[in-house]
Amino acid sequence: MQEKNLFLADTLNARTFALAEKSGLPLMTICSTCQGVMSQANQRLTEDPEYLAQVNETLADEGLEYKGTIDPKHLLWIIAEDLGIDFLETKIVRKLEGFKFAPFYGCYIVRPSKALKLDENPNRKQALEQVIEAVGAEVVDFPGSTLCCGFPILTINPKNSQTMVANHTIDAKDRGADSMVTPCPLCHLNLDGYQPNAAALAKRDIDLPIIHLPQLVGLSLGIAPEKMRLNKHLVSTKKLLSELADAP
Amino acid sequence: MEVIFKVQRFDPESTDLVSHFQEYNVQLTDSSTVLDGLIKIREEDDGTLSLRCSCRAAICGSCAMRINGEAGLACNTKIIDVMPQDGSPIVIEPAGNLPVIKDLIVDFQPFWAKFKAVEPWLQPGDIQPEGEYIAPEEDMVHLAGVVSCILCGACVSDCTVLEVDDSFLGPAALAKAYRFSRDPRDESDDQRLAQLNEPGGVWDCTRCMKCVEVCPKGVDPMDRIMLLREKVMDAGHNNTSGARHANAFAKFLKNSGWLDELKLPVMSFGIFNIKAMIGLIPLGIKSQLAGKRPPIFHHKLSSAKEIKKIFEKVESKK
Repeated sequence: MQEKNLFLADTLNARTFALAEKSGLPLMTICSTCQGVMSQANQRLTEDPEYLAQVNETLADEGLEYKGTIDPKHLLWIIAEDLGIDFLETKIVRKLEGFKFAPFYGCYIVRPSKALKLDENPNRKQALEQVIEAVGAEVVDFPGSTLCCGFPILTINPKNSQTMVANHTIDAKDRGADSMVTPCPLCHLNLDGYQPNAAALAKRDIDLPIIHLPQLVGLSLGIAPEKMRLNKHLVSTKKLLSELADAP
Repeated sequence: MEVIFKVQRFDPESTDLVSHFQEYNVQLTDSSTVLDGLIKIREEDDGTLSLRCSCRAAICGSCAMRINGEAGLACNTKIIDVMPQDGSPIVIEPAGNLPVIKDLIVDFQPFWAKFKAVEPWLQPGDIQPEGEYIAPEEDMVHLAGVVSCILCGACVSDCTVLEVDDSFLGPAALAKAYRFSRDPRDESDDQRLAQLNEPGGVWDCTRCMKCVEVCPKGVDPMDRIMLLREKVMDAGHNNTSGARHANAFAKFLKNSGWLDELKLPVMSFGIFNIKAMIGLIPLGIKSQLAGKRPPIFHHKLSSAKEIKKIFEKVESKK
């Protein structure tokens, strides 16, 4: 919406924030892109009272008003900051030892750093690695971990989009990753759904399962894979899950 | 304090033509910059280390390079801000997405070619005012941020699209295009916006915000590209996948309160784009088999009416 009409986009986000305020509950998302979009909208809304007043004028028709008290938070941050890695460790029933996971943050949970308050919360740059280590697995470092998955240009420039998928998944695979973990469903969509196209483009097999952050945490908490729809990925998770089942 | 630099070296006259890393230990103070360190290496330790620099005050834009993997100006990056806590070295590499000439010096020719392609100069109309051209203050204040560009190339270095496709005009050239397109004295928008609507133009940006993050002058290239998209669509260029996507996105939201994920890719590619439609089939079949298909019948959200009202109210003001 941002490129169509920024004020309209901010007003729609303010509506969500106003509804959250009314409910008296904090606002959580499981999506990096939502996090980025909401954090930026919130920054514009809260740093300029005049702007907020204009937005509220539109919301008034519905009897809503955004007071500026919402701090939207990704599940990843809630695990790492609010609950704490130590707390997560106490809840783990199934250590994923011997598995190697490549963290893929994507863009909007690391940029722009100001709206996402990364300077005040430097831990946010390492949170995904911390969760991977907490569940007992090994982190596979690779340069693309905070770069673009290609999703936003999926229909605009499929070749560029799929080249990005190929570069990141091949890089992680060649560094020994069993799977890639992402806190962003849109990154998942592109890295999982378009991996076969990317493999064809790169003229090689990739076959790297892409796991959602909640699925990784869920596995370590002993939640059944089918319950988390791990059987519904386009890049099959079968091998990964059978290795997990066979592991001591 | 002792600082370890790990610098990427490349010598075009060497026989193997492969870059390698070289480590240097340098004594610096708390207030030293990365550039202070590199100059000290060159002057006291290794005269063969090549780099560009001039003003040392973030004005000339000569010393953009990658510091610990991210582009920035060596002259306004303090050592204490980038020195790893664990004692590992500060990694210095040349700017990315441009050919390396030697060590930290890159060839700016591709940068200038794209810059030139957007015709970065004022193109007023045929009718000239009797006195000077008058520009409203608010317009020029709006442009102040983008005028601050010092052409250092940090944004180009880290652009994730240029990494996979060098035909993209890139963040620096597009930000400059915005600077002139938005100037009230410039009257060449018809031709500018038509050019920016072409492949390699505004729609190829992937909105990763790398350019926004690494720009040392707050130019926010990506935000300028988004404003250019808005201008391009307002000028009636709505027949690109990007424009169709933006328009379809807004339409779904306005009419139902949320996205119709089944129809969105079809509308973005364009229903008559036979090649893309056929390309969607394998993914459609695989998604269907995996049970990941979005609902066929898209229903309205319970709050769709309220959302539509917001659209109508805001759009009537535009």
